[in-house]
Amino acid sequence: MNLLFSFFDWLAGFFGNGENWSGPSGIPMRLLEHLEFSALALALAVLIAIPLGLLIGHTGRGGVIVVISANLARALPTLGLLVMFVLLMGTASSLPVIIPLVLLAVPPILVNTFEGIKGVDPDLRDAAFGMGLRGPQVLGRVSVPVALPLILLGCRLAAIQVVATTTVAAYTGLGGLGRFVIDGFATKDYSSVVGGSVLIVLFALVVQALFALAQRVTVSPGVSRRVKVR
Amino acid sequence: MGDGPPSIWEWIARNWDTGRVGSIKNLLLDHLTMSLVPIVLALVVALPLGLACVRWRWLYQPTSGLMNVVYALPSLPVFMLLISVTGLSQTTVIIPLTFYGMAVLIPAVVDGLASVPDHVRQSAVAMGFTPLRRLISVELPIAVPVVLAGLRVVAVSSISLVSVGALIGQGGLGGLFTRAYQNPFMPPVIVGIVLIVALALVADGLLVLAQRLLTPWVRARKGAGS
Repeated sequence: MNLLFSFFDWLAGFFGNGENWSGPSGIPMRLLEHLEFSALALALAVLIAIPLGLLIGHTGRGGVIVVISANLARALPTLGLLVMFVLLMGTASSLPVIIPLVLLAVPPILVNTFEGIKGVDPDLRDAAFGMGLRGPQVLGRVSVPVALPLILLGCRLAAIQVVATTTVAAYTGLGGLGRFVIDGFATKDYSSVVGGSVLIVLFALVVQALFALAQRVTVSPGVSRRVKVR
Repeated sequence: MGDGPPSIWEWIARNWDTGRVGSIKNLLLDHLTMSLVPIVLALVVALPLGLACVRWRWLYQPTSGLMNVVYALPSLPVFMLLISVTGLSQTTVIIPLTFYGMAVLIPAVVDGLASVPDHVRQSAVAMGFTPLRRLISVELPIAVPVVLAGLRVVAVSSISLVSVGALIGQGGLGGLFTRAYQNPFMPPVIVGIVLIVALALVADGLLVLAQRLLTPWVRARKGAGS
């Protein structure tokens, strides 16, 4: 039970410390940094991956490359990529951190968008064409709504990945909640490590919940009843 | 030599097997242990849990909800929180990776068993298969492709995730990344990335091979069809 006691001691020490709540290295600023970096990387990844996925899924060309590159991306070690880009480009800007974040977030969105669009029932598309819709209209009014659960799943997986990698990126000097964990570990300040870890875990869970909510709000009820994810 | 930094090949030759803990060979072996143990453990745990979820359907909703939450937890803070329980050991990396693996494999097992066509199941019953024998010799073999697809995802992502453990001193080949960062030097980073990706590709290839061996009827059917 000693362990549990010290765990709560650490937590109380971290969250109860007034200094942790203000200034550039306080919890609010770090939280904001984490949010900013994750959101920026996710937004860039979405901007790249969704149009590309829609195009490839709709035309049916280049699908093999998408699947192979997504598998390859899963094998890439995040820490290795971060260190590589930082060594290549220095730490003057946050660009060497943003690049690997985006690089790792694109494949899940791309592959799920592609699979979602490709998996739309051909009869459904034929019916839409038969009703006089043109290619882009079929994509926008039929394929995308039907594929939306998978597209959102891809975005959620990417968000999970981005939040985790932003944490790891604190090792290469990025701000964000990872700082508490990395710095605390280096200086054996366990209340900072435990407090920071709990904060990141909570942050990740909130992001996850937001995506679940977004899915409930945006997916047409007719679609969500027979959707099968992953 | 002696002038200028060593080339990548020289660096590999010099550090491959120094007999010390941080040699590439030792890191590679550590990396294999820390990624293979969670892959196997996740499969061993996910099979009975997945079966239970199929047998008692009400179990599946809460289980998959919990596993979705587990999957969303970033690895580094989880390692850090576990340190106070399991210390700076390989176990601290192995436990979370096992859970991530289960998060992928339990739905795979459930989906795999759901992919068994009803007429096949009923034929087995009609032939007098006991439930256990039906499971082992009919349902599980048919579920193999779906389960193995999940296992491929688990294998590849476990192998790459182990490297994050380097931040708590237990990252196998990830140790090359932290070393290269502290003492800015590119070759260890390249070697680390290439070896990890190669390990992942080998694991993936072995699982594809396993699938071919375990589901000979797929090819037989294709051959007969064409």
